[in-house]
Amino acid sequence: MGNTKIRVALAGNPNVGKTTLFNAITGSRQHVGNWPGVTVEKKTGVKTYRGYDIEITDLPGTYSLTAYSMDEIVARDYIIEEKPDIVIQIVDASNLERNLYLTTQLMELETEMIIALNMCDLALERGDKLYIDRMQEILAAPIVQTVASRDIGIDELLDRVIEQKQDDKYHGREIGYGDVIESKVLEIEKILLTDPSLQKKYPLRWMSIRLLEGDGNVKAKVEKSPVSKAINQLLASIDQEEYEAEIADKRYVAINAIFPQICTRCNVRLTKSDMIDRVLTNKYLGIPIFLALMWGAFELTFAFATPFTDMIERVFVWLAVNVSSGLEPQWLASLIGDGIIGGVGAVLTFVPNIFILFFLLSLLEGSGYLARAAFIMDRLMYKIGMHGKSFIPLLMGFGCNVPAIMAARSIEDEKDRLITILVVPFVSCGARLPIYILLAGAFFGRQAGTVVFFMYVLGIVVAVISAKLLRSTIVKGKPAPFIMEMPPYRVPTLRTSIVHMWDNGAMYIKKAGTIILLGVVIIWSLASFPWGIEYGSEGSYVGMIGHFFAPLLEPLGFDWKMTVALVFGLVAKEIVVASMGVLYGVGDNPAALTTSLIADPSITALSALSLMVFSLLYMPCVATLGVIKKETGSWKWAIFALIYGIVVAWLIAFLVYQGGKLLGY
Amino acid sequence: MSEITLDTLKPGDMARITKVRVKGPARRKLLDMGMVAGSEVELVRKAPLGDPIEFQIKGYHLSIRKEEASQIFVQKIE
Repeated sequence: MGNTKIRVALAGNPNVGKTTLFNAITGSRQHVGNWPGVTVEKKTGVKTYRGYDIEITDLPGTYSLTAYSMDEIVARDYIIEEKPDIVIQIVDASNLERNLYLTTQLMELETEMIIALNMCDLALERGDKLYIDRMQEILAAPIVQTVASRDIGIDELLDRVIEQKQDDKYHGREIGYGDVIESKVLEIEKILLTDPSLQKKYPLRWMSIRLLEGDGNVKAKVEKSPVSKAINQLLASIDQEEYEAEIADKRYVAINAIFPQICTRCNVRLTKSDMIDRVLTNKYLGIPIFLALMWGAFELTFAFATPFTDMIERVFVWLAVNVSSGLEPQWLASLIGDGIIGGVGAVLTFVPNIFILFFLLSLLEGSGYLARAAFIMDRLMYKIGMHGKSFIPLLMGFGCNVPAIMAARSIEDEKDRLITILVVPFVSCGARLPIYILLAGAFFGRQAGTVVFFMYVLGIVVAVISAKLLRSTIVKGKPAPFIMEMPPYRVPTLRTSIVHMWDNGAMYIKKAGTIILLGVVIIWSLASFPWGIEYGSEGSYVGMIGHFFAPLLEPLGFDWKMTVALVFGLVAKEIVVASMGVLYGVGDNPAALTTSLIADPSITALSALSLMVFSLLYMPCVATLGVIKKETGSWKWAIFALIYGIVVAWLIAFLVYQGGKLLGY
Repeated sequence: MSEITLDTLKPGDMARITKVRVKGPARRKLLDMGMVAGSEVELVRKAPLGDPIEFQIKGYHLSIRKEEASQIFVQKIE
């Protein structure tokens, strides 16, 4: 006999410790994936307790359950469609009014509810008084006081879950909206009642209220029903915007009536958070402190990871040599050595960066600073058609585009997020630097530094212009409104940060890793076949591709060797340098490569500059394409990024080369 | 007493919301976050570059852009 299963959903506002509570209950037994069809993260976990298997689904953190965002739709659809046995709402005890707003909406979904009153310690410390018994009575739901960060109240919460499951009686409660609204709600409900299939599926009172508020997603649910005509007629006769405001208002009126009965708040004029904010978001200090913190995060993510990345690279080079050395036939040795082991190595070299970045992001988020970072940068980012939250991903792009694109996950609005993902590849990552160093060093002598700096600036300029361009063409519309809670500063919990780091690292390896590996193997085959040629030489498929495309790139000042090197750059841009070494027959010797480049009559300073520009802008590397596909959920955007990048790179390199020639260089 | 908009307040000023004239999805979100007629708000601070603006409302801190704030009408509480 297996255990009885109880399905529990966790709901709650953002920043109330929902993830911490989820981790405290499920420990390491959790699974991270996506909700079907959308890029919203779905986490589930199982806890075996007193002979029950309690299966917990962590719903996205939301302030409300309207159709404002994908998160809200996902959360409420789960409750309505999947009908979990119990919904636990995590309520921040130090911020009851706004948290209860969600409670009023959860009530209307007619589901069994338990309230976990979290962070009671903070509220009580401040001097608030909470009247738990009265609260249970008014909200008609069991209330458990928890401090998730210290594992307090978890067992009691699970006890209540089991009790509630054993008790068949429905404990419901709803709030009234006053005569005018209620009569309209009743009118709609009456029409809906005539369709038994709707009645079986949905809570009709909830549905009526949502329709009255002009909820498009709920309207779509009614669209297929025979009653839709009558509903549309009725809705056409009323001002839904007016009702929307009125209903929200009435919910807060109800909360205002409840609040004094359940809590006496001690009004502290200047909280610790306020004091911290006086410094961190100070008019003069705010930006310098922000930049210093970002510099620190950047250094930690990339400099700190370098020894680990180097070690992984060395291990895989060693593996490739040793595993493949005894193998026959030779093509198999090459496939395993250069192709597969090299490919797995290429995937894993990003892991240290990704782990550290997500650990730091989780610390920033958990402490409350991430919201301040967006607050500080929003003005600037808004001017270029982006959101304050886009800044951190763009900054991380200077290290490596792969974790940078993953960092865009903190942006809620789909369009804002998409634009950020699509422009990150123009930010000059660390892998492009070796190309600049080689070419600028060989052809620009004392101006080399200036030229490299110009590349970085060009990357930023193209990213900004692209953001503007995308905004006015295929991702139309203004950036999402900036309506953001500034949560109080807190000490982040180590467990939450470690779990966050682990989840994202594992997801990268599983999802993006396979795509990257595939890409590497394809490039390997192109460089190795037809069989018998030297790896990556003129006679290989890559060489042929280089020759084939050479005429297209000739106006940019490139010969076939440069074209071949660029094809290899798809795997990772630093490979451009290595493959030029192969093509010039000098191997791994940078000094010899520099000499042969200068001696080659087909490369001038101008074509070297053009090559640098092209390397900066042309399509994202395989790893970046893999992550774009993973993060946007479709190949469409990865392919768009690829083509858009090539077109932009070609145009700008063309301007540089032909413009330079006209000027007589 | 005359009606002013939320963005014209100074740090430390308190006001009561009279009307939310914001349109589109921002309206829904603002209502959900407690920006409803009758709510009391206090302007806490402006971002270092002057926008967005942080308010205290319903016992928590919320920041919104000037653009939305200029469409929320309030009466100043002296």
